[in-house]
Amino acid sequence: MRRGILLLLIAFTGAAFMLSLAIGAVSIPLDEVLRVLLGGQASKDTWQTIVLTFRLPKAITALLAGAALSAAGLQMQTLFRNPLADPFVLGISSGASLGVALVVLGGAAVSASVFGRTAFLGELGLVGAASLGAAAVFALVLAIARRVQSVITLLVLGLMVGYLASAVVSVLIYFSLPEQVSAYINWTFGSFGGVTWQQMRAFAPALLVGLGTALLTVKPLNALLLGENYARSMGVNVRVVRWWVTASASLLAGAVTAFCGPIGFIGIAVPHLCRALFATSDHRVLMPASLLLGGGLALIFDLISQMPGTRAALPLNVVTSAVGAPVVLWIVMRRQSFGRI
Amino acid sequence: MVNRWEQAGYALGQMRRASEHSEPAERSPDATAAIYARDLTTGYRQGTRVRVVHRGLGLALPRGKLTALLGPNGAGKSTLMRTLSGLQPALAGAVWVDGVPLRTLSPQAIARKLAVVLTDRVDVGYMTAYALAALGRHPYTRWDGWLTPEDEQIVQEAMHAAGCAGLAARMVAELSDGERQRVMIARALAQQTPIIFLDEPTAFLDLPRRIEMMHLLADLAHRTGRALLLSTHDLELALRFADGLWLMGGDGTFVTGTPMELLQRGELLRVFSGEGREVRRYLQDLHQRWQAKDLSADWLKAETQGSHDKHPVSQIGG
Repeated sequence: MRRGILLLLIAFTGAAFMLSLAIGAVSIPLDEVLRVLLGGQASKDTWQTIVLTFRLPKAITALLAGAALSAAGLQMQTLFRNPLADPFVLGISSGASLGVALVVLGGAAVSASVFGRTAFLGELGLVGAASLGAAAVFALVLAIARRVQSVITLLVLGLMVGYLASAVVSVLIYFSLPEQVSAYINWTFGSFGGVTWQQMRAFAPALLVGLGTALLTVKPLNALLLGENYARSMGVNVRVVRWWVTASASLLAGAVTAFCGPIGFIGIAVPHLCRALFATSDHRVLMPASLLLGGGLALIFDLISQMPGTRAALPLNVVTSAVGAPVVLWIVMRRQSFGRI
Repeated sequence: MVNRWEQAGYALGQMRRASEHSEPAERSPDATAAIYARDLTTGYRQGTRVRVVHRGLGLALPRGKLTALLGPNGAGKSTLMRTLSGLQPALAGAVWVDGVPLRTLSPQAIARKLAVVLTDRVDVGYMTAYALAALGRHPYTRWDGWLTPEDEQIVQEAMHAAGCAGLAARMVAELSDGERQRVMIARALAQQTPIIFLDEPTAFLDLPRRIEMMHLLADLAHRTGRALLLSTHDLELALRFADGLWLMGGDGTFVTGTPMELLQRGELLRVFSGEGREVRRYLQDLHQRWQAKDLSADWLKAETQGSHDKHPVSQIGG
């Protein structure tokens, strides 16, 4: 039964991937998409370009980002033994938004002279600023994770970093021009479409390293379900495990936020959906399931945000919340034990 | 891979620790004891501040026996158990676990020698009793925690021994306190350690479940040859079911012996004298009944030993 659900998830994610290559402002037949993917030539040159240049990097980004946020969310929920924990509890996205705010709002003039020679470099400036901000918090969290006795200290740290960052961002917004503010708000909406093939060379390896490390933490995470004392009695070096879990989750959350903006909902909801689907807290099942469902859902959310058939497009974060929250509510109503770790 | 990192981190710690302790690793003076400690000082060290709880303890935990650790609150029962299980460093002295010096053992190695049942509430959403018991195999499984058929069999046997085989498919969240305690004991058994520590295993149970639990533990110690050490406030049940008592006074005293010996010598009365008039009166009564031969040796021994054969307590409340 478990295997059946897992196979269904694989099929779901695969289908979502193909659909997101086929559907858009221009619809491309699935067999043509498949032909392009297998290295062949589509019957129209424009289709070839659309799939390879625009839709493929976007679909890969969505797949990886969704998987990354779900894995990080799962890790954080178990580490903090808190069903409301998400990939951003450690303040990673706050750091990234601060970086972006500083570039977009504060140093717009400075960054224009440094990065803004071409549109491409400007774009790199945004990603670079977000990466730097996320990396700064990442380094802070890891330095502290090694020392603290209690995991609650980490949680408080993340919370305070978030408040500090949002205070600075508010000040910047207050003194900014409307168009600068709207550029910043635009970034906070999130998007999978900003990652070029060039950037993929940094994005994909970062996420694959993070995901690989996350997979290696499933066994100690299972022991941590019983609490730190029991985990210790079973030979788990809690401090070391905490550091690696924090490191991989922060890397995943940081990289996604840097390249796609702060994308909500997926990281907190997908682990819960998987627990409900498989009726287990076993990370050996939950981790691969979260990767698949997270990647698939991210692709679907991205599809919906483009509103196929219309000329308009919705911000990604609007879709993740507007579609995701009712789904979770529905499951909460149906399952009493939903929300447990 | 995490395991290897853990070991690497541990090796570093060992090198640091080895430089602190210059004494060589000796063989245990008493290899028959599951745990042997000499001149053990327990307590807490925070920075330069040191708080000693007990000084110069000498003790031996026998194999195949149920030993009860008794004492008023704050006497240092948990501190001693944490120290003996390597969760907290000893301030001084030496501990041998299963004949090996405790300080030479990695956390992983300790996990193969000593399992614990704690009072910590286990609150997992979607976990069957079987999956919980199977976590006891943690020190033996590979990087992803996959269970071999052999592991599965050990878990099943452990659940059977703890009397919870019928609960295997139930969700942990739906179990009663007594049922959950049995599953936690099965988890400790599945860890296949020669020693099991239990921190107040009867704390949340009603009387019939408490009697069942003590009976189960004595039985497990005798049948499997494991050394069981439990801390408890259940004085009377400990007197009846434990093979040996470790008495810890609030004043830092520590005496060991069989329940008979300690009752006879009036040690119980002394240790709990600070616990109020009613307790004193109860123990005085027990002591006097013993002296008046009203409380014969049979009161303590015959019932527990008889019960191992006939299992009368398991009939109480089913």
